[in-house]
Amino acid sequence: MSQTLADPKAARDHARAQGGTRVEAMPILPPVADDLPPGVAADDLVWEETLPGGGYASRRLARGTRLRLIDTKGDACAALNIFNAEMPTERLNVADTVKVQWNGYLGAGKLLLSDMGRVLMSILDDDAGTHDAFCGTSNAASNTRKYGEGRNSGDYPNGRDRLILGAAKHGLTRRDVHPCINLFKGARIEADGAITPQVGPFAPGRTVILRAEMDVIVVIANCPHVLDPRAGWHVTPLRATAWRGPITPADDPVRLAAPEATRAFLNVEDYFRR
Amino acid sequence: MRSDPALAHLAGVIVHDEVVPARAPWLCPVAKGQTLRIVDLEGNQAVDFLIYAAADDAERYSAQDTVSAQGNLFLREGTVLLSNEGNPMMTITGSAVDYHDTIGGACSCESNTLRYGHHTKAQHACVDNFLEANLRQGRGKRDIVSNINFFMNVPVEEDGTLGIVDGISAPGLTVDLRAEMDVIVVVSNCPQINNPCNGFSPTPVRMIITA
Repeated sequence: MSQTLADPKAARDHARAQGGTRVEAMPILPPVADDLPPGVAADDLVWEETLPGGGYASRRLARGTRLRLIDTKGDACAALNIFNAEMPTERLNVADTVKVQWNGYLGAGKLLLSDMGRVLMSILDDDAGTHDAFCGTSNAASNTRKYGEGRNSGDYPNGRDRLILGAAKHGLTRRDVHPCINLFKGARIEADGAITPQVGPFAPGRTVILRAEMDVIVVIANCPHVLDPRAGWHVTPLRATAWRGPITPADDPVRLAAPEATRAFLNVEDYFRR
Repeated sequence: MRSDPALAHLAGVIVHDEVVPARAPWLCPVAKGQTLRIVDLEGNQAVDFLIYAAADDAERYSAQDTVSAQGNLFLREGTVLLSNEGNPMMTITGSAVDYHDTIGGACSCESNTLRYGHHTKAQHACVDNFLEANLRQGRGKRDIVSNINFFMNVPVEEDGTLGIVDGISAPGLTVDLRAEMDVIVVVSNCPQINNPCNGFSPTPVRMIITA
């Protein structure tokens, strides 16, 4: 090792010897997935990456792209921020998302709305059923209280600081990290307003497929749900796979499911009328 | 002077007392330890409310942190309003209504096109008030986050159905907020006329700050 420290050629050899290493949580370049849905061509795959527990990723996805998230071991929690890639001041608005759709629970057929009356992404498929638009994610203070610390540089990074790093990779800042949604961990609301977290752990392999309705930047933090009642740090890897797909047509059932949805798509189509 | 019923049980010296006209924005610093009282003068008026830390306005009110910390969606007397970094910004020290909303967000010209139709796009909306007030201090659209709606009622039903229903306020009812740090309060006196949050008729509110 001392030779590696002193000799740049030895350091180079040491670094290069790592090439080709496979670990559980990593991106695959070029992307390969042997479980694409029927009809999806391998050539259309654009992203294949597994995020570790506590990890994060951010990625620009083109309009029409399908993003499949898999909770591979049953204890992932995907905190999501979403931006209009072309104009990131437009971003996910959780209040409009629940208010405009007259419902607080996310699932198949629901839209993720921006603060500009447009749909950023829609939920095409969902066999999880436990998601959360209310609780947000952890921050340094809440992780410090619960786990003793919460720094990016420590063992228990918090969701907000992960979202900040992911957003920063696209030139965004603390101001841009907005209220998020959590996929795979749920929150039931009782009649008196009480929040009951649904954190599992669940069966492995639960899957959500989102469709980008605009060119978006998605930022994902895979950290324990902020209301996870368990004493320890529990979070397992999250797999992200994305492939190109057609732009939503006028007769799409999600687009036609409700008058509010149709108008949200009309606003998207108007935005791209240029 | 304290015969004014709007000042009942309000301690300290009045340092600010202003009526915010119907439909208008309002911005005011509130120093740590001061109390802001909002008076719903005519009843049934939603007051859309954001808070920024005076020392660093990237730190701001977080609805999600606030509801998670108390394990409940409704803001009541005793609720501590937390920032996006988990710090107490203000505490609801008194409330004449049972609870207030923080999941319904603010109306905007754009969301109005979804909720009611494109014929409402030209109507004035809370986000335009938030923008106008914030732009004076260099904040912009990305600084607008999920807000509080004082005097607004948004219950969530068993199947997740939610909606803005009849206000639970009445003329003269108040809510008191004690600042736990130096903050900037930004308000939109909601101009919405298409749902029950303002009884379909926006009215003035009064802002009183005591030290």
